[in-house]
Amino acid sequence: MRIGLFIPCYIDAFFPEVGIATLELLERFGHEVEYPRDQTCCGQPMANSGFNADCAATESLFVRNFSGFDYVVAPSGSCVHHVRDNFDAIEQTPEVKEVRARTYEIVEFLHDIEKADAFPWAKFPHRVGLHNSCGTLRQLKHAAPSELREPFFSKPMDLLSKVEGIEFVKPARPDECCGFGGTFSVFEEAVSAKMGYDKVSDHAHAGAEYIVSADTSCLMHQQGCAERIGVPIKFIHIAQVLNGASA
Amino acid sequence: MSDPDMLHPELRGPENNDSITRHGRRLDHAEATSKPLRSRPEPQPRGARIHGNRPIDQAEAAARFIAAPEHEKMHDERLWDLRQKRDREMHGIPEWEDLRSLASAIKEHTLVHLDDYLEQFEANARSNGVHVHWARDAAEHNRVVHGILKDHGAKSLIRSKSMLTEECGFRPYMASVGIEVIETDLGERIQQLDHEDPSHVVVPAVHKLRTDVAEVFAKTIGTDPNNSDVHYLAESQREATRPLILKADAGMTGCNFAVAETGGVVVCTNEGNADLSANVPKLHIASIGIEKVIPRLEHVAVFVRLLSRSALGSPITQYTSHFRGPREGGEMHFVLVDNGRSERLGLDEFWTSLKCIRCGACMNTCPVYRRSGGLSYGATYSGPIGLIIDPTFNARKYSNLPFSSTLNGSCSNVCPVKINIHEQIYAWRRELVKRHETPFVKKVAMKAAGELLSRPAAYRAAIAAADIALAHLPRFVLYNGLNAWGKGRENPHPPKQTFHSWHHANRGDKG
Repeated sequence: MRIGLFIPCYIDAFFPEVGIATLELLERFGHEVEYPRDQTCCGQPMANSGFNADCAATESLFVRNFSGFDYVVAPSGSCVHHVRDNFDAIEQTPEVKEVRARTYEIVEFLHDIEKADAFPWAKFPHRVGLHNSCGTLRQLKHAAPSELREPFFSKPMDLLSKVEGIEFVKPARPDECCGFGGTFSVFEEAVSAKMGYDKVSDHAHAGAEYIVSADTSCLMHQQGCAERIGVPIKFIHIAQVLNGASA
Repeated sequence: MSDPDMLHPELRGPENNDSITRHGRRLDHAEATSKPLRSRPEPQPRGARIHGNRPIDQAEAAARFIAAPEHEKMHDERLWDLRQKRDREMHGIPEWEDLRSLASAIKEHTLVHLDDYLEQFEANARSNGVHVHWARDAAEHNRVVHGILKDHGAKSLIRSKSMLTEECGFRPYMASVGIEVIETDLGERIQQLDHEDPSHVVVPAVHKLRTDVAEVFAKTIGTDPNNSDVHYLAESQREATRPLILKADAGMTGCNFAVAETGGVVVCTNEGNADLSANVPKLHIASIGIEKVIPRLEHVAVFVRLLSRSALGSPITQYTSHFRGPREGGEMHFVLVDNGRSERLGLDEFWTSLKCIRCGACMNTCPVYRRSGGLSYGATYSGPIGLIIDPTFNARKYSNLPFSSTLNGSCSNVCPVKINIHEQIYAWRRELVKRHETPFVKKVAMKAAGELLSRPAAYRAAIAAADIALAHLPRFVLYNGLNAWGKGRENPHPPKQTFHSWHHANRGDKG
């Protein structure tokens, strides 16, 4: 299986370890993983601000980079949501549609495509608060959101449960948005920061040592909030845990 | 948590609100258990600043709300409590999701055939002896109602809550023509006495602490300013308002459902105040948004099962009142109001917002609304539903509102009629950019971002520069007033190398 690795801009710049873990994890499952070197971004920042026309060139570049792979995999729920559900600034040629449909977030890929049933290399003996980002929860449908009356399921929890030693805590508001929201985080910074404070406090109250998420953008925001108000909690991407990060 | 002294106040448990903890122990002596002495309660943060037609700055008003922590905390917790009660009710109904789909389908069907059902409703109402009026917009609504009141020589009007009449600026209009309006809903009465708009469609004064209410009542109905006991306040208001209700010349209600096949209207309240407004005076006027019509009486059951469960997490409102015709010696008038609804019905991406039954569930679940207060939106409708309705009234004035959202989607999931609220918020952002209703700086920034992100070489150079900047700039440069990220958060810690350069060094052959 030939996989194109999409490493979103902020992960490339600030969280290379998340990209490395994703790459190594896919390689552990025996995949041939390529990283197209001209990649930048999926266009989401402009699109979410309403400037759809301004993402046309970025979307075209994305398609040029990722056309022809069996799967495109990224460690970021919100970017995958953009590619799959909103990526319409450019003409929807068969090639564009193909790339969009083949783009997967790493948890989905491991759960639905790879059907991974063991991570024997991974141990994480810590109390973990799972943060399902809104993009993964309500758009990519990683898990059952609390608002709907449907049977419980959670793909990230299914995967993490296979990691030795992990223990989950129960925050009071498990799927409340953490307040990142892309450009929302700067255009409405007071509310955004307050939501982040509440989120990290909720997890800390529940006894979490780590907040684990499939969305690094949420973690970046939450980490900034936790450091600002002095909440002693650590942050780690789910790919790092599944890849055997020791902490 | 080994050292509680290190904990930020945010982290101290709710059980410890009145105590000081040291080294994890609750202290029992007076210093620890007494409440802090304070000269006066935290003043109520006020809503958005309105400057004519200039865009409302919701973020500015929200920041002031957050700067009043007692208000923000109460508001967030109160509404979250409603959301949790809603969830419990939902779990009690196995067919909940089917019910939502059915309610949505009934509303969509009705909206598609709105003209037919409105005519049917009108004909049946007339045959029940009701006077039916049509109003194109807010001004016509107000004129029609004023005309009815003038015909009857009415000088005072008691009213139960109606968002439509808020839309119409009804209270100020009535004041200008010398007719006294008395709100009969407790929350709405508080807001009226405080000269504030309702901040929520169901619980209009939810942003107020009881100390705020005590202050309002002390000024307006003469209660003890230092007594904020809830029962005392409610009873005092009742004593003050009941005589006004009993001698009012006319009554007005809104309408939750207008049933086409019967020509009757259904009004849901918890205080029974719609019944007071409709039954005490001889003249009853109901203002009805044209989207409130539903085809059949049996459909009311579908909506009634959803409405209060979604709104307040109670199985049903205390009163579900059906009004079908005037009582003997009385008169009943229905005013059917468009006020922009027909135009909204013609908007491809936004017409389903007309399915809304005004339950407020989207507000209760919205993490931004709960931390901002409804008045921060500076519009009749606040919260998620407001973000998609308000711009249809005035795209310039409300051009910022669709950005007051993280697009988290919880609103769409709780909506009992399945409006895709967060997708419409996203669509409004696009629409406002198309209509050039977004700030120039944002436009420039997004254009620049689009250009940079589509040119790999330029992008690589910029990333390198950003890394260097973050690593070497002193903290005070990053955390100044201009840096919206750094105001409330620490910056991410720049790594030694980007993923890009790591990959080049470690997997150079695979890129």
